Amino acid sequence: MVHGEIREVGLRIRGLGKAFRGTWALRDVDLDLAPGEALVLFGPNGSGKTTLLKILATVLRPTRGTGVLGGADLVQERDTVRRRVELLSHESYLYEDLTPRENLSFAAAIRGGCPGGDAVAAALERAGLGAVEDERVRTLSSGMKRRISLARLFVGKSDLWLLDEPYTNLDREATKLLEAALQEHRERGGMIVMATHNFFDGFRLATRVAILARGRLILDEPRGTMTLPAFQELYALRTEGGGR
Amino acid sequence: MNFLALAAEILRKDLRIEARSREGVNTLLFFSALLVFLFRFALGPTEAEVRQGAPGLLWFAFILTGLWGVARTFQIERENDCLESFRLVPEGLGGIYLGKVLVGCCLMVATELMILAMFGLFFHLDLWVATAWLVPVLVLGTVGFVAIGTLFAAITAQLKAREVLLPLLLFPLVIPVLLPASRLTELALAGESFAAEPHWLRLLVVFDLVFLVLGYLTFPLVVED
Repeated sequence: MVHGEIREVGLRIRGLGKAFRGTWALRDVDLDLAPGEALVLFGPNGSGKTTLLKILATVLRPTRGTGVLGGADLVQERDTVRRRVELLSHESYLYEDLTPRENLSFAAAIRGGCPGGDAVAAALERAGLGAVEDERVRTLSSGMKRRISLARLFVGKSDLWLLDEPYTNLDREATKLLEAALQEHRERGGMIVMATHNFFDGFRLATRVAILARGRLILDEPRGTMTLPAFQELYALRTEGGGR
Repeated sequence: MNFLALAAEILRKDLRIEARSREGVNTLLFFSALLVFLFRFALGPTEAEVRQGAPGLLWFAFILTGLWGVARTFQIERENDCLESFRLVPEGLGGIYLGKVLVGCCLMVATELMILAMFGLFFHLDLWVATAWLVPVLVLGTVGFVAIGTLFAAITAQLKAREVLLPLLLFPLVIPVLLPASRLTELALAGESFAAEPHWLRLLVVFDLVFLVLGYLTFPLVVED
């Protein structure tokens, strides 16, 4: 169940920028996202997609600009924002000598959730990890580890899911499972911001598509009736030269 | 989640990892044994020389192994970038610091007990006589070292030269803990009470508190972007 406030306000960012040692990774990004929307970000390597997701997750602090999620400021009310977002990062954030069950329970506990053993077991089962829930993560394949990260989404009740290349290492079955979860999240009124290079799967999921290049948001439109070949053509035109 | 519950989660998680991997414990035990063995050759054979040198060497061994211990508590977090996931914790980041201090203390106390046992064996020291006075010194000295060590281990955890920087930054700062701890250990091993020199004990307690408060308050600034 999403927060009532989110339903009214959603996500709004204005003039967002992030510099690392004087080099701007992200510049003047404006973005609005309403409840139930899924924004899929495309862009060349180094265009600022991960930086944007990490700012939205409050892992990084913006150098300038403002952002509000459900009325809570990304910088001033960081703790409130953190309760409302879930980040599926490049990094797995997994402890290799713990089991999937222990990893999930720990992650939920330190973020203030108190999921019962049943909730954790259900999330693992849903992610197809029921048979290995008590194995050490170290012994699992990278695909299975990615599924544990996915299961983290199922345990929490966050409003905004931030997904960085979520299809990496996932087989077809896990991809379907992810898509079903994303669809369900949207229907509950949740929001999704996803960064991916996977045009086929990403475009299918999107209600809005955006392109980041050289740290700037150069396109942000509803997917509407746009077709994938038309979007790919547009992407190639806008990011000619790798977006440089 | 309040900071005490967060600290308990960190403690439980880290001890579970240590118990399973045994990487940290095995290395600490081997290193401790090696140190005591070397000290046996460094000190002369007479009892007077041993009594004179033992307190300083004991704390030298504790600090060296403790340094490895506090670094280890953040080495766990570097795998798969778990340290970054702390930035997703909504509140009570100081609880993570407290949890790490508890883990560091557990590792260090376990090592200290082993070093003491080996010291007793190799140097023919009757440690049972000194136990009553030695225990509070060990506890206070350990807390002081781990309190400041954990903070600097967190600061250097993401730096390339962390193995060099951590001792470089930490050693000068632990002198206020090392000096009273060594002197009080000397008194304890001689079977004397601390009544004659209470200022050392007061100094140790004060620095423990200062380091703990400093670590608790500044740790969130270290973890956050």
